[in-house]
Amino acid sequence: MRFAVKKICAGGAKARAGLLQIGSSSVETPALLLSTRKGLPAFMSCDLLSSLPLPDSLLLNVCPTHFIEGPPSKTLSNIGGLHRMLGLPDHILVATAGEPIESLPSSEASNKFGASFETPSGRKLVKPSDYMELISSMKPDLWASLADEVPAWVNEKRNKTSVDRTLRWLDACIALDAAVGANGLGVVVGGSSIEQRKLCATEVSKRNVSGFWIGGFGLGESVEERCNLLNAVTDCLPSEKPRIVSRLGLPEEVLEGVASGIDLFDSTYIYQLTMGGFALIFPVDMVEREMQNGVVDSSAGDSTKINLRATTYRKDTSRIVDSCTCFTCQNHTRAYLNHLLNVHEMLAQILLEIHNTHHYLRFFRSIREAIKDGEFDLFWKQFVENRRSQIAAAVL
Amino acid sequence: MALRFEVLGRFNRARAARLTLPHFTCQTPLFMPVGTQGTIKGLTTDQLEAIGCQIILGNTYHLELRPGSQLIDDLGGLHKFMNWKRALLTDSGGFQMVSLLHLADITEEGVTFQSPVDGKPMLLTPEESIHIQNNIGADIIMALDDVVKTTITGPRIEEAMYRTLRWIDRCISAHKKPDVQNLFGIVQGGLDPVLRDICVRGLVERNLPGYAIGGLAGGEDKDSFWRVVAQCTAGLPEDKPRYVMGVGYPLDIVVCSALGADMYDCVYPTRTARFGTALVPEGVLKLKQNAMATDERPIDPSCPCMVCKNYTRAYLHCLVTKDPMGSQLLSYHNLSFMMRLSRDLHMSILEGRFPEFVRGFLRVQFPKGDVPKWVHNAMEVAGIDISECCTPTNCQHDAMEDTGVDISELCPPTKCP
Ligand SMILES: [Zn+2]
Ligand SMILES: [Zn+2]
Repeated sequence: MRFAVKKICAGGAKARAGLLQIGSSSVETPALLLSTRKGLPAFMSCDLLSSLPLPDSLLLNVCPTHFIEGPPSKTLSNIGGLHRMLGLPDHILVATAGEPIESLPSSEASNKFGASFETPSGRKLVKPSDYMELISSMKPDLWASLADEVPAWVNEKRNKTSVDRTLRWLDACIALDAAVGANGLGVVVGGSSIEQRKLCATEVSKRNVSGFWIGGFGLGESVEERCNLLNAVTDCLPSEKPRIVSRLGLPEEVLEGVASGIDLFDSTYIYQLTMGGFALIFPVDMVEREMQNGVVDSSAGDSTKINLRATTYRKDTSRIVDSCTCFTCQNHTRAYLNHLLNVHEMLAQILLEIHNTHHYLRFFRSIREAIKDGEFDLFWKQFVENRRSQIAAAVL
Repeated sequence: MALRFEVLGRFNRARAARLTLPHFTCQTPLFMPVGTQGTIKGLTTDQLEAIGCQIILGNTYHLELRPGSQLIDDLGGLHKFMNWKRALLTDSGGFQMVSLLHLADITEEGVTFQSPVDGKPMLLTPEESIHIQNNIGADIIMALDDVVKTTITGPRIEEAMYRTLRWIDRCISAHKKPDVQNLFGIVQGGLDPVLRDICVRGLVERNLPGYAIGGLAGGEDKDSFWRVVAQCTAGLPEDKPRYVMGVGYPLDIVVCSALGADMYDCVYPTRTARFGTALVPEGVLKLKQNAMATDERPIDPSCPCMVCKNYTRAYLHCLVTKDPMGSQLLSYHNLSFMMRLSRDLHMSILEGRFPEFVRGFLRVQFPKGDVPKWVHNAMEVAGIDISECCTPTNCQHDAMEDTGVDISELCPPTKCP
């Protein structure tokens, strides 16, 4: 793995544009890791995935705990690891434990031996040795160490324990890793405590890791404290290694993360939108936003997205987004998606996941362009103001 | 008539043909996946084209409920609505009502049923069925028939058959788009050869673009099933497509094709996929089974489909019946399997090696030589020698004698000890 920061934004924000190279694949950052379920996006097999723009769609976030129930490590290993098992030889797989859909960290059940997760087959305790066995059979390109993630509201003592355990498990994971951390990402936790966040980030930076996975967000913290916490963490991390943040999914949250110097984002935002029948429609770059000025479609949704279940789309033969080049928009109308959702047909989710992923990847591309053009601050400000005026217009 | 049917090759009764429909030129024999609500469960239109799907079946009853045929018509027809550029077929809606709504009642006027929306009594007449199907705009539309369970006997069968004949005339006069949509008549008559014969002749007189054999695949015994198919295909015109409704097991399709049928539809490949079952040349593979958890092979090593090229049984084992991806991938494979079977039937007939194909198919399905009696019997009529696929003890031609059919002249003494 090689990572290089190509440009750091001038001005207040710490937004940075970088290049991540793994094997023969390279992707520019900031970038989105597509969330997966047992390795594949929930509704996209390898052929559908290949319709998404490249190299933007090469990054996948895989969750080791999804494979606790099988296939057995030996089988997975024999098959040749996850790349082979998923039919995705050229994709970049980043393994991180714990995601909110099928493997939610349950801090109250974690103990000194391991981290606990809520899975469809019940609560599972995962020790560093179990975790590393999964990692070694999955052979991901990058993997985050096992962490004791806690929500924002836990007391100081529990939060401190979380940092201690996470650091201890990081050492345990590296010790168990055949490649001695060459592809390992150190996890930074510390809940809502600036002090613990800094301590954890500083300690993790001393370890032999290739990058950082910042956990413990999206677990009940407030927006203001998240900004400060993120900045406190990135200030303590070396600048030449990549940083992933977990569960910051909304466009605004992504922009905040980018402004704090985050390079990669993993979240189940797209999945949740898709399951809710939502399609993203917000203008992804500055030119589109100027063109859209004043034209607000807020009939159903909140102006970043529309809910295609709404009856207003029953006879709407337009595309989800007129200018979108995704498979869904090139082939299907809002009316058809409305019908598929009404009759509970799975094709609705397939088409929505394709569009939403495509749309969000374009949003990340615009962010990268804005950073490279030295206009990230303007891009961010404009995005937030545009949202605000749309919400105001919708209220009127 | 908005179709052309050209037989390109034959083996005895079996035929390989080119069926030119308004939206697509198909090769028969062919299997039509069922896309009840304007979509095949879990597959995109690109994927359907990639596996070679030629016609999709839509269910009139479901489409009329949601989104409504008027809306489909307003938006330019079902092809445009679902963006499917190849051919479509819709059923009449009658069968769905009778099978899904136990309160359905059939009178001379039509099928009365309780609306699933508001519980009010509704009436589906032949005229209404055709009107709805004209709105939907499929390449092939089906006449409303009086559907009776094949397991029922007595005067009801006769009544249904004559009513089906009376209704076909109402369907024909209600059909507003004969230049772009092909109305198929449906042969009824239960398991009674006399009634089937009357129905076949009655329909053939009407010179329809194509004919379906209805009232089968409803739990009748297999020997009765193939005999009805054989009788109907023999009586239907050579230059029109013949569609056996609701038939979808690979073995049934091979047998019916040997007997001269051309088109099939069934929910089986996609439904069984949702329960974790994959179709393979040997029969079926149940991916839920524990043994699959460590099986590093594809579903079918000989299958060139996307799923078999990329995914192992072990991976599918952890997906099936738990994750949508499990049913997406199995549906893809199962439909690929059916499309490949259709192509193999077409090509083997065309290339003059149909008997070899049938024998190869049976050898793999019945490696112990235990080919069912009814298949054996049907193949005799189809003029295909499958003796090498059967162990001598299974060659029970005497069973034919039980049914009163003399096949001794088809049966060389060496085959039947
Ligand atoms: Zn799109
Ligand atoms: Zn296959």
